Order: sequence, then C-alpha cells, then structure tokens
Amino acid sequence: MTLVAVARLVAAKDLRIEWRSRVVLNQVMPFAALVMILFAFALDNDAALTRVAPGLVWLAALFSMLVVVQRSFAVEAADGALDALRVAGVRSDGIFLGKSAALALQLAVLEAVLLLAAVVLYQVDIGAGSIPLLLVTFVAATLGLSFVGTLYGGLASGASGRETLLPLLMLPVVAPVLIGATRATEAALGTNGASSSEGWPWVGLMVLFGVLFGAGGTLAFGSLVDE
Amino acid sequence: MNQWPYILVSYALTLGGIAVYTWRMLRRARSMAATVSEEDRPWT
Amino acid sequence: MTSPDTPTPSAAGASASGGAVRRPTGTTFTRWLGAAALVGMAWLVLFGLVLSPDDALQKKGVRILYIHVPSAWLAYLAFIVTGVSSAAYLYKRTRSLIWDRIAGASAEVGVLFMGIALVTGSLWGRISWGTYWTWDSRLTTTAFLFITYIGYLAVRGLGGSHHQRARRSAVLALLAVLEVPLVHFSVRWWRPLHQQESVAEGKLDDLMLFSLFVGIVSFTLLYVWLVLHRQRVLSMADAVDDKGLDGALAARRAEQEVSS
Repeated sequence: MTLVAVARLVAAKDLRIEWRSRVVLNQVMPFAALVMILFAFALDNDAALTRVAPGLVWLAALFSMLVVVQRSFAVEAADGALDALRVAGVRSDGIFLGKSAALALQLAVLEAVLLLAAVVLYQVDIGAGSIPLLLVTFVAATLGLSFVGTLYGGLASGASGRETLLPLLMLPVVAPVLIGATRATEAALGTNGASSSEGWPWVGLMVLFGVLFGAGGTLAFGSLVDE
Repeated sequence: MNQWPYILVSYALTLGGIAVYTWRMLRRARSMAATVSEEDRPWT
Repeated sequence: MTSPDTPTPSAAGASASGGAVRRPTGTTFTRWLGAAALVGMAWLVLFGLVLSPDDALQKKGVRILYIHVPSAWLAYLAFIVTGVSSAAYLYKRTRSLIWDRIAGASAEVGVLFMGIALVTGSLWGRISWGTYWTWDSRLTTTAFLFITYIGYLAVRGLGGSHHQRARRSAVLALLAVLEVPLVHFSVRWWRPLHQQESVAEGKLDDLMLFSLFVGIVSFTLLYVWLVLHRQRVLSMADAVDDKGLDGALAARRAEQEVSS
C-alpha cells in the first residue's frame, strides 16, 4: 500500500477509537482545565497570570500531551495491536504519519480548549489582529509536538516499566517548541509589549523543528518500536 | 568572600565522583570476569 | 588491544576454579594509560591548587576552571563519540556490537563528566558572578544534553536482544544529535548573547595555561581509560547474558569453592 493510504487508514482508526471511547474528551480535557486552575492557585496574582498566560497555556498543553500520547499507544499495546500491524508487514513510516496526524488533531482540539481557558480564567485579550499569527503558531507547534510525541511515545510503550520514560525522553526534545510557541503567542497577543513581527521568526523555527522531526521520525519510528 | 571552600569542594567532588565511578566499575569487572571464560575476553 | 589470544591453560584453569582473576579488564596498554592518567590528575591538583597563580580579575576562582573546562570539553567529545559510534553501528558495512558498546560506555562517562562540568561551573559562577546559574545558551544546552543522555542510558537498559538494544539506542542517539542544536538555538534566541557571560575573560599567563593544558591532557587520558574498561565490562555483560543460566551457576559454584 502507498504511504498515504496506510497513514490515512491508521489515522482514521485512531480517531475512530477516540470518537467511540471519548477518553481524551472526558479525561484529558478536564485535566487540562484543572492544570490551568492549579496555576492560578499557585501563582496567586491576576496581573502575573495575564502576563505569563502564553507560557501557562503551552505548559498545560505539554503536560496534557503526555497523557494523550500514552493513550495513543495504550490502544495499541492492548492485544498487541502495534506488533500485529508490524508483523503483518504494514510499513512503519505509514503508521508513524497516521498516528502523528491523529495525535495532531487531538492536540489541536486540546490547545483550543486551553486558549479558551486562558481567555476566561486569565483575562487574556485576543484582538482580531492577533489571529493570523496565533493560528499559524498553533499549527506549527502542533506539527512538531505530534511528530515527537508519536516517535517517543512508540519507544516508551509496550513492556511495563517503560511508560515512566516518556516524560524524561520527550520533554527535553520539545523544549524548542515550548520556547518558540510561547514567544510567538506573546508576540501575537502583544503581551509584555511584544510585537507581531517578533513572532514570525519563532514560527520559522517551529516549522524547521516540525520538518526535521517529521523526516527523522518517519525514518526512525520502525527501529524504535520493533521488538 | 572566601573562595577556598568553593574551590576545594569542586576538586573534592570531581575527584570523588571519578573515584567512586571507577571503583564501582572495576569491582563489577572483577566479579564478572570470574564467570566469563577466556574466549569472551579477547583483550587479555 | 582486542586481538584475540589463545587462552593459556593456567589462565583458563584459574578462572574455571573461581580464583580471583588478576586482570579482569586490564591490558598492558591500559595499565600504562591508567598510570599516566593518575599522574596527570596528581599534577593537575598540584598545579591547580598550589603552583599556579591567582588570576588578576578572578582571583582564585580560575582554579576551578582547570577542572571545569577540561571536563566540559571531554563531555562534549564523549557525546560526539556516542553519536559517531551509533552511526557506525547503523551503517550496514560497519555494523558490529562493539560500536554499540563504545556508544554506551562513552555516554556513561560523558554523563559523569557533564555532571562534574555542571557542578564545577555552578560553583565557579557563584564565585565569579555571584549566581549559581544563568540562562545562557551554553549552560542551558549543557543541562539539556545531560538530561537527554540520562534518558539515553535509561533506554539502553530496556532489555531485548543485544542488537535490538543497539539499534534502538543508536537511533535515539542520532535523534539527540538532531535535538541539541535546536535546543541551543532556541535558547540563544530566547536569551541573546549580550546578556551572556563569557568564560574566558582576559588573558591567562603561562603557568595558568600550563595548568589548563595539564587538565585537558589528564582528563583525556582518563576518558580513554574509562571508556576502554567500561566497554569491556559491557562486553562481558553481553557474554554473560548469552551464556545465561550457565554462567550464573558457574559463579555460584566458584563462590562456594572459594569460601569452603
């Protein structure tokens, strides 16, 4: 089968599983909202919250993402589905791209909810002028995050005792996305006097990141999940 | 400020860390070598 | 140093009967290397703490640099070696488990040296600038490299056949090579250079340069010695794994013979 065909099938499978089980919707979304509320408890300063809101949104996104990635591979580990796919000869690069696509979609919904929470809880103002940069930032960041999440999620899944490795492996790697997405979001929203023009170089960095890990992941995924 | 404590701690931690790592490695080497036959140690 | 030798009857007899093996991972070459490293480290302590002068600007703080700079350089070298060895393993024509073991040994020694570099750098920063830490790109990337390789070592312990471990680790190492420049540049853009402190300020006089040189040479000798031994221990561990239960039983018997 062609790469695109395999990817499409795997993505559809993952999304269908989520649609039927609604785990991300029912469990991860509330967790994400909870994280946003806990930040407010910890920081206890409305002005500070509004100022650091972009960072908090992306931090909450990263922490919630850990759960989503683990869920993405938990559905494979049960009944050894991933191994079965590989043994059946399904190409690993197709599986990688398919799972990344499904993950990206779930992350996008998650990020939208987090942004909404920031508007409501942290009094973040989104002007019409902010929207283009904001949109591109979220797309570029989500791209990189879903590639890295699928790649390391695959490695950290399977045999017991591995799931705890996911945060340690993944979070250092996504640091550039955290920095870039936060700075670009600040630029889009005008936080701390940042102007829109400062955000676009960060978008460039995130696109580069996404391309590099998309390519790297496509090549490496098979080696990391094959047992 | 008296700088000597910082300097001495640096040297102590460095040499200590290397010594501990080396000691544990050599101890493991010694215990393992008893169970490994000559052919599996081609460097001897 | 790894050329196979026909086992002599007495040596084989010694290990079979469970007597202590005199040179578990040592060879003549490593004996000399180890002695040189030891002498070098002694010189380093002598020059670093006693014989070299204080710096005009930094006063005594420069003495920490004689270990901080070499350990940082060797840590970077160690990770380059891990990356190159990983690539060598993955490349079909040179595929051999020795590359995997060198990669693993070098990563472990690299983590040790990187830890030393971070701690000594932090203490030096405390003396020189008053802070234990600063978010400049060099320091932050170093901390990231440290954590990344701890993750790498954790993945090496995940089990599976030797080649599965090797392939998985090699791919992970190359992904780390991809990640580190990205982290470095994003931190550099985040905190631009003019806010960063530079390590080498002012000129070092001859005796200070010599102390630094002694540091670099000693640490290099130490690195090579440690990696050679560590990868031999890994080689034995793999052999023990292969023999499996037989080896464990023989060891148990050997212990009983020695203690009885």
